[in-house]
Amino acid sequence: MELQITWFVLWGVLWAVYFMLDGFVLGAGMLMNFVARNDAEKRVVINTFGPVWDGNEVWLITAGGATFAAFPTTYALMFSYLYSALLILLFSLIVRGVSFEFRGKMDGLGWKKGWDIAILVCSFLPALLFGVAFGNIFGGLAMDASGYHGSLIGLLNPYGLLTGLLFVGLFLQHGALYLSVKTTGELKERARRTAKMLWPVVLLIAVVFLAATAKATLLYDNYYAQPALWAVPLLTALELIVVRIMLGRGKLLKAFAASCATILLVVATALVGLFPNLIPSSLDTASSLTIFNSSSSPYTLGIMTVVAFVFVPIVIAYKIWTYRIFRAPVTVEEVTADDHAY
Amino acid sequence: MDVVALSRLQFAVTSMFHFIFVPLTLGLVLLVAWMETRYVRTGDEMYKRMAKFWGKLFLINFALGIVTGITLEFQFGMNWAEYSRYVGDIFGAPLAIEATAAFFLESVFIGVWAFGWDKVSKKVHLLSIWIVAISSNLSALWILLANGWMQNPVGYVLRNGRAEMVDFGAMFTNPYGVWKFYHTVVSCYTVGAFFVMGISAWHLLRGSKPEFFRRSFRMGAYFGLVAIALSLLTGDYQAEVVARYQPAKLAAMEAHWETGTNAGIHLLAWPDAEQERNVVEAAYVPGVLSYLAYRDLDAEVVGLNDIPREDRPPILPVFLSFRAMVGLGGLMVLASVLAAFFVWRGTLDKQRLFLRLLIYFIPIPYLTIQLGWLVAEVGRQPWLVYGVMRTSEGVSTAINATQVVVSLIGFTLLYSALGFIDIYLLFKFSRKGPEESPAAQPILKEA
Repeated sequence: MELQITWFVLWGVLWAVYFMLDGFVLGAGMLMNFVARNDAEKRVVINTFGPVWDGNEVWLITAGGATFAAFPTTYALMFSYLYSALLILLFSLIVRGVSFEFRGKMDGLGWKKGWDIAILVCSFLPALLFGVAFGNIFGGLAMDASGYHGSLIGLLNPYGLLTGLLFVGLFLQHGALYLSVKTTGELKERARRTAKMLWPVVLLIAVVFLAATAKATLLYDNYYAQPALWAVPLLTALELIVVRIMLGRGKLLKAFAASCATILLVVATALVGLFPNLIPSSLDTASSLTIFNSSSSPYTLGIMTVVAFVFVPIVIAYKIWTYRIFRAPVTVEEVTADDHAY
Repeated sequence: MDVVALSRLQFAVTSMFHFIFVPLTLGLVLLVAWMETRYVRTGDEMYKRMAKFWGKLFLINFALGIVTGITLEFQFGMNWAEYSRYVGDIFGAPLAIEATAAFFLESVFIGVWAFGWDKVSKKVHLLSIWIVAISSNLSALWILLANGWMQNPVGYVLRNGRAEMVDFGAMFTNPYGVWKFYHTVVSCYTVGAFFVMGISAWHLLRGSKPEFFRRSFRMGAYFGLVAIALSLLTGDYQAEVVARYQPAKLAAMEAHWETGTNAGIHLLAWPDAEQERNVVEAAYVPGVLSYLAYRDLDAEVVGLNDIPREDRPPILPVFLSFRAMVGLGGLMVLASVLAAFFVWRGTLDKQRLFLRLLIYFIPIPYLTIQLGWLVAEVGRQPWLVYGVMRTSEGVSTAINATQVVVSLIGFTLLYSALGFIDIYLLFKFSRKGPEESPAAQPILKEA
């Protein structure tokens, strides 16, 4: 019992940290072509996350692996039901990853331009599709005892798309704030202005999302049952407001930190509502996948708990260490002088 | 084709493509780490430039290894949902541990290494590449222990309609997984060794930066000699393990039809699965197979005719892949010994024909390990988990053939394009050679 709850929390933490970390890479990737005015500035943008992006992506791989190990039935059904959507996601992530590595390796006409477009599209699609996928999970998938009755087009329902939009908005703002911290000069200024401009848009989407969630999902049931839980969404809203306050005061690092907290808390808000479901069924609640009916055996969960409690803190420690090493803003001079930079 | 056949083909395409990049990573990273170690110990700038030059090629390759790895993890759920559901309790654990305990280290410290030349101390920088080297090998360990479990399932019971783990330690000590790991990683090292030797040979023939490439070649040659020797040794042990746990695979590898003692091999053979015999057989060497499998010339080796037809793997592909792997392995032994000999005698520069051959030798280790992979995975058929679950039982029920056709075409096109670009860039930067030493080169201002 307790182990399944522990793993639900860990599962949530893995996804939340993944969105917090890859969120700014996806956001910066979407913004690159708009905030950077020339090739050198684009290289600065890519190099702000150059040393960390693949370490960030491993959180996704770990979230996938943890789903497999802790909730194998959920892993099996979620991945096969969402086959086509995941395929597009996978292709985008593959192209995005190599585009950072390949873009700077040649100069030919159109080479860099092509990768610039690839970075834009393949940063946008994962942001949108993660949102669409989670929106549909919140609302429940069309599944019953006889299997799955949904389709790729069916996933693009209004609530799914709205959640996609929320992810895109949050990541754009997050990326803009990251760039405002990690760059200098005009680029920094443009990133800061972009973040400021995006804030009311994110707020608007968030409000619409919260209202739509009441209609499209049962996520609020847990909140009605345990009113103390309302603290989580309230805190989320508060952090979003802190983002704006810090932006206004020019405290960009603090604004970015508040944006990190916002993303973590958005995931927390959703998962508090989802518990104990992992994937609710929209057709028949008896077919919902919960942490109790889709989990691994207590023995496996026990071993995986030990692994997680030993290794995750170590991972967090050396990740913080690397972020500290690369904490200085990236400049045009530095990027052009370093033959190992992207 | 049905969903099963298509999904198998897709898994073969995506895993073999992934297995182009990972082997070079595993071997080259050790060479780069060794180069940087010599730099830190001796202070000789040339070793630093060597680490940077080979490191750049390493990074181009590494990126593709990373992104194509995600596909494999996703595919278990996407295409093989019934398998994932049935064995996830035990099979998911090594994958999750791999990500947590190895892959994180690898991907975080590669960032420190690639971007940290001026940001961390020499020693920390050196430590980073060693962490990458060790953790990429640890990654391989977990993945191959997972694969080893499919080959020889241990430490589980069938309960609650699935396979549940009851002994985690058994997975660690599974002889099939352990020997597969040893044989796979050391064989992968040969890819890195011949890669470095081949590119160095190209430059030596042109007389460009002779000292730089002579040193690189020397390190590649010694590393390659050790790697190929270990490949032979571990391959030999692995054959014993195969004999013990998968007699059908062993029989298919050697086209061995009739159970018998003092079993031998035909140096020339052509098996026919329909007629259940070899249509061509010549040059019989008695006792060899018994000895290889059981270390006893008179041991009994089970033949294919004593294995039910529905439990036999496809015989011709396994037989041919195994023969070709062994043959190419032999060529690699020869090339490694010659390379090390010429380096030792100091006559390498004069061996122009040999150097030219080594350039064309670069793909050989790649081909050899792919063939080894085919032997292992095709030889496991018709089982997905040996003796427990058939491949046809593991496929997702929620997907249809059209979806898999579309994704298979997508993967083929995308991977071909990426593979082409990758090879092109590796060519480009290999030919360009190392950067000049800092004193000789003005700092480039151009982006």
